Amino acid sequence: MSDRRKIVLMLVPALIVLGGLFLGGLGIGLARSLNWMPVIGLTEPNLDAYRAVLTDPDFLWSFALSFHIAFTSTLLSLVIAIAAALMIRRTGRGGALVRFLFQLNLTVPHLVGAIGILYLFSQSGSFARLGYQVGLIDRPADFPALVFDPAAIGIILQYVWKEVPFIGVILLAQMQTIGADYESAARSLGATRWQAFRHVLLPMILPGALAASIIVFAFAFGAYEIPALLGQNHPAALPVLAWRSYTDVDLAARPQAMAMAMVIAAMSLVLILAYLRAARGRIGGRR
Amino acid sequence: MTAALRNLSLALLIVWLVLPLLPLAVWSVAKSWFFPDLLPSVWSLDGWAHVASPRSGVLAALWETTLIAGLVTALAILIGLPAARALGMHRFRGKAGVEMLILAPILVPGLAYALGLHSVFIGLGLTNSRAGVVIVHLIPTLPYMILVLAGVFANLSPDMEAQARSLGASPLRVFRHVTLPAIRPGLIVGATFAFLVSWSQYVLTLLIGGGRVETLPLLLFSYATSGRNDLTGAIGMIYILPGVLILLFASRHLTGQGAGLGGVRP
Repeated sequence: MSDRRKIVLMLVPALIVLGGLFLGGLGIGLARSLNWMPVIGLTEPNLDAYRAVLTDPDFLWSFALSFHIAFTSTLLSLVIAIAAALMIRRTGRGGALVRFLFQLNLTVPHLVGAIGILYLFSQSGSFARLGYQVGLIDRPADFPALVFDPAAIGIILQYVWKEVPFIGVILLAQMQTIGADYESAARSLGATRWQAFRHVLLPMILPGALAASIIVFAFAFGAYEIPALLGQNHPAALPVLAWRSYTDVDLAARPQAMAMAMVIAAMSLVLILAYLRAARGRIGGRR
Repeated sequence: MTAALRNLSLALLIVWLVLPLLPLAVWSVAKSWFFPDLLPSVWSLDGWAHVASPRSGVLAALWETTLIAGLVTALAILIGLPAARALGMHRFRGKAGVEMLILAPILVPGLAYALGLHSVFIGLGLTNSRAGVVIVHLIPTLPYMILVLAGVFANLSPDMEAQARSLGASPLRVFRHVTLPAIRPGLIVGATFAFLVSWSQYVLTLLIGGGRVETLPLLLFSYATSGRNDLTGAIGMIYILPGVLILLFASRHLTGQGAGLGGVRP
């Protein structure tokens, strides 16, 4: 058997899953969003669903909300993760315990974190109770709405909680690979601690940090269960809106649901291209 | 930053990272816990008793989730291993495209491709079935398996296998005695990722399983939104257990620092 045929055979099962199911699912979504279903006689594709969706204020609000959720969560997670990694890399005594606790929520599903945020930050939650005990509020309604709120604070809190360790662990691994020599050299040449970080370490960890941030953004933009649990009803995050249209009793809404799925997919495509750019400059990246 | 300030910030950060899990743990042993009490007024193991009774469906869901994650992991190894080998040890035309296709499901949310798949799965009779859920879980799990193993294969020298072959070992024996021991650590990491990624799926299971395939996250979501906080807390504790155990194990055995689980998603 030639090498070429062997390679093809090795790749075929994975290509069936990822090409067939993944790309296939996207392709069928695209066809249905264009009202193109030859099987049931719809042979003339059109842009009706996109026209309906893109002129619908609900959709535009949902898109803006999801973008805000993803952008704010990613930025906060990144900044906190960099600070955390800088602190943790130097921990001496108790370092193992700190590292373990820092990573604890990596394997905790988002849904559990979302329920925890709900119990902590709802108007009758732990922090509201604490506020009552110290005399800051008199009743639950006095506590600011941090879940089911228009600014999606609860959702963002959940993502930041979950993603700081995700980005942080990647940064810690990078810092370990880089070592302290470059910074020491800069310091011995007279750089301040801030200058050594800003001009020596940061440029080296930035590509990896960027790649991790893109993964976080993509997830926060497209995930369903967290905004479904912690989000306000209206406007809802984009994945929640798409889900509602898809499960609507009115089947005519389905092409619109598919069009929203395609908008989410288009956003991911942009992110994939950005990721590939970022990953190319990544230290220790493959090939 | 002074050392004291640094230690304080670090302590605050660690507390914040553990904090959301505490109310779930307390609720699992609480009966009534009303505003403005900081601790439950009545403690009870009712939530856990309910978990153990067949009526709550928790044990059935635990089994369903474990079975699905186990099947998905096994299939991901079978499908991912050869692909990872091709990517890690060979150069070929179109490799960049294949790599992009493997990376894509990590960044594309499940809902984007699952709505389209759902309409096909209806026609194939795969909706509302465990088989359909297992198949759709392969999409987000396979990339992690392949990326981890491709990295391992890239560092594996083909010479060892060639030597074993030249000494007369059959392909199966070469795999069993040369390749497998060399890739075992990567295989464990990849399988761990695959298991946890399947374990934490929500929307793919809900859509393709149609609510008929009831896994722990589906049950957890419905109890959380119906206000059964004691049961929610108990299920939450069960649901995070495999991940925490894996992390404990990983921090001792795999890397010495547990950083090996850095990429766990979602």
